[in-house]
Amino acid sequence: MKFAVLVFPGSNCDIDCYKAVEQTIGQEVDYVWHTATDLSAYDCILVPGGFSYGDYLRCGAIARFANVMNEVKKAADAGKYILGICNGFQILTEANLLPGALIRNNGLKFRCHQSPLEVVNNQNPFTRDYEQGEVISIPIAHGEGNYFCDEATLAELQANNQIIFRYAGDSNPNGSVDNIAGISNKVGNVVGMMPHPERAVSEILGSADGKRMFTSILNAWREQHGTAING
Amino acid sequence: MAQQLTAKEPTAEQIAEQKIYQQFGVSDYEYELICGFLGGRKPNYTEIGVFSVMWSEHCAYKNSKPILKKFPTSGPKVLMGPGEGAGIVDIGDNQAVVFKIESHNHPSAVEPYQGAATGVGGIIRDIFSMGARPVALLNSLRFGRLENERVKYLFENVVSGIAGYGNCIGIPTVAGEVNFDESYEGNPLVNAMCVGLIDHDKIQRGVAKGVGNPVFYVGPATGRDGIHGATFASVELSEESEEKKTAVQVGDPFMEKLVMEATLELINSGIVLGIQDMGAAGLTCSSAEMASKAGNGLELYLDEVPQRESDMTPYEMMLSESQERMLFVVEPQHEAQAKEIFDRWGVICVKVGKVTDDGRLRLFHKGEQVADMPVKALVDECPVYNQPSKEPAYYGEFADVNAADFAEITDLNGTLAEILASPTVASKEWVYNQYDYMVRTATAVQPGSDAAVVLVDGTRKALAMTTDCNSRYVYLDPVVGGRIAVAEAARNIVCSGAEPLAITDNLNFGSPEKPEVFWQIEKSADGISEACVALGTPVIGGNVSLYNENAKGAIYPTPVIGMVGLVHDVDHITTQSFKQEGDVIILLGETKAEFGGSELQYIKQGAPVGRPPMLDLEVEKNVQQSLLSAIQSGLVASAHDLSEGGIAAALAESCISGGIGAKVSAATELRADHYLFSESQSRILLSATPEKAEELLAHFANRGVKATVIGTVGGEDLEININQKAAINTPVAKLERVWKDAIPCLMK
Repeated sequence: MKFAVLVFPGSNCDIDCYKAVEQTIGQEVDYVWHTATDLSAYDCILVPGGFSYGDYLRCGAIARFANVMNEVKKAADAGKYILGICNGFQILTEANLLPGALIRNNGLKFRCHQSPLEVVNNQNPFTRDYEQGEVISIPIAHGEGNYFCDEATLAELQANNQIIFRYAGDSNPNGSVDNIAGISNKVGNVVGMMPHPERAVSEILGSADGKRMFTSILNAWREQHGTAING
Repeated sequence: MAQQLTAKEPTAEQIAEQKIYQQFGVSDYEYELICGFLGGRKPNYTEIGVFSVMWSEHCAYKNSKPILKKFPTSGPKVLMGPGEGAGIVDIGDNQAVVFKIESHNHPSAVEPYQGAATGVGGIIRDIFSMGARPVALLNSLRFGRLENERVKYLFENVVSGIAGYGNCIGIPTVAGEVNFDESYEGNPLVNAMCVGLIDHDKIQRGVAKGVGNPVFYVGPATGRDGIHGATFASVELSEESEEKKTAVQVGDPFMEKLVMEATLELINSGIVLGIQDMGAAGLTCSSAEMASKAGNGLELYLDEVPQRESDMTPYEMMLSESQERMLFVVEPQHEAQAKEIFDRWGVICVKVGKVTDDGRLRLFHKGEQVADMPVKALVDECPVYNQPSKEPAYYGEFADVNAADFAEITDLNGTLAEILASPTVASKEWVYNQYDYMVRTATAVQPGSDAAVVLVDGTRKALAMTTDCNSRYVYLDPVVGGRIAVAEAARNIVCSGAEPLAITDNLNFGSPEKPEVFWQIEKSADGISEACVALGTPVIGGNVSLYNENAKGAIYPTPVIGMVGLVHDVDHITTQSFKQEGDVIILLGETKAEFGGSELQYIKQGAPVGRPPMLDLEVEKNVQQSLLSAIQSGLVASAHDLSEGGIAAALAESCISGGIGAKVSAATELRADHYLFSESQSRILLSATPEKAEELLAHFANRGVKATVIGTVGGEDLEININQKAAINTPVAKLERVWKDAIPCLMK
């Protein structure tokens, strides 16, 4: 399986995503520059965290116009796996690959700490190695992670089982609607989340709960790939 | 318009007659010297501007040079000492650690967000301009009392500014300290430290090598911001300082991220001959220093300098401190390659000058030579002043004060709570949760322990880092206080399982022109030097910030020590938190009734009086070395340095961070309150599993370190009995609330 880690000017979790893929599942991974015009070689595209284009104008608002985003849309349409983390989530909402928007934390401050997440939907390529309802520890680090959408969109997210992670219990750190920490598109091949699974891949860093996100992706791909070959 | 602006500049004659140079902090004596260096010619406006910043305390260390000479700066592992952007220490395997601390006190006092943010930006540039990849940030902050509204505003915005810059550029802010005392009201201290990693063969120097080689300017366009920042930093703050807000620069961490990545790529390509960041005094300082180190001259063509504002004068361009800019030299055949790298990162890179052999800094503008100065005079010939030194009256008076002589405190539970709620001791979670301390996924020990620990990717090694200074001790006795600052930093490093390597220091003091202040500077440098020699941690760089005064007088002398240590194997990483039920609690060192400058004294009486705790460097060294070898042998479960609030505060912190209680029974000849809150030095609180406790005690006995079993870990309460009498008995959950809520409550 082959991973791409996108690099925009100002991305700063690109190295962490790259390391996480190598360390957790040992798959091939490349950095792909924001000017790239072909992503066809990749099975999974990671849109990393950071401050793309300095977060100027609005988080993710400039990155959506980068050349590579056309290719990300094509990859999404082709059913490839796309995971946006933190700023990557913001970019995917700005690019209309995911519904809703991320606004300023309700406490108006940047927040960085471990955060308990409830796995709401494990019927998904990104979460299949977790238990439904399991509470895992994944760190957050953001100033604009307050997920917002209108009521109709929220009803749709709920009805389609598109809410992947919620901040567990009363731990909502940013005021997100319905405690949402991560969502998917309707099909389920595009996921965006504010917490950083790539920062939770070994006990020495404080948690290894993020590992299973990467194993889920690999296992889902292997299954799909196997099916394709068999079919 | 252009003519009007230029016309406003006084002529060389007017500068001389009206003594305009005095406004730039240049004395009559210095002005005469400058005329001499110009061959008897009077400097024009641009030239006097350039000389005044190069000869400011900030750039020339004219008052502090005699002090800095005292520091031990070499050692077997030191690859580069003071003088370049940052010092470098070997950590084996062809790798080295690069680090430096720098102050941004005055800018932060008038514009806290940008002042702090650009302080962070500046120190990061110092690290990557050496060729190193920055891996961690630390900061040491001092504010007035948090009850004061202006102090709250400063605290809130300084923290936001640090967060805003560090988070965006993607370098984790992993450790630091924040202390509060009236002494800093109106003159907060904002010291930022950056740590980087480098391979030995990649180390760069700020040298303008090779006559005829082109000089390149990199980074955003130059504006009128920060003009005379270095001079501003070298005078006392006053009401007029507010008007000098234009002397504070504005930071753009996104731009710095691009400049950093492009610069590191350029350096890795191997074509750079010399590179230096534009920090204090901008284009002036970087060009003059690069030329000076190579023994060369430099020509700058100012029309080529990218300009953000129209009609900028040579004076303004040379003195601007616009941020995120660098200067580098390559050979002509590598020009295109260098430009290609910066183009790809979207960063401006233009040729603005060339290296010459005449030893002069010559500036050209609109086809004319507008300044011509000898480089050596700018960089090396600033007069050095041996300021008079005088022991302050208070020092003599305090000799007779016994700080332990106070009425016995009977409400020990309440006093412990008061200490834990004191903002200096209280949890700094409110601060560090605003910092991204995890990006780069290498932070093994997060903020809140004695020292942060950052993993070195691809190895079993890690770096431990901390900043430290108890300025109340330094105020009471600068020699002892200076020693303690180094010793405590080293103790923090050792408690985390690392071998102390070296220090960077940030000497924050009042006006050196006051003999009593100069005495503090001189004596604390002696104390720092003694401790550095004894503990084997040379000074590899640092920064001096003088004139930290306000209407009420000088700040407490605050020589902040930034220290880095090497964890030889990640298995040695140790934290302060108690680990499990049944572990044996051991106290290293001796407790005496020492309260001068203590947190208890501050809470109960206010201003510090008496003498600080004494420190025997031989004892300290033995305690540290014995502890480190015990940790390396796997005998220690937790280790915590005893500092503000003494053993009571340390026990509470180890319980809170471990989420578990402790039962302690101490036998002592001291009064209960003395035992609990004394701040005697060279003491460490340990825990060990019962299986290893005996071996651990023997380990210390063999090395002549006093180690006393004082209790066991377990339960949900912190229970301390002294001489079989109940002294402290409180649920840990309650202590935790008091400790964690203190700062958020004050900030609401």
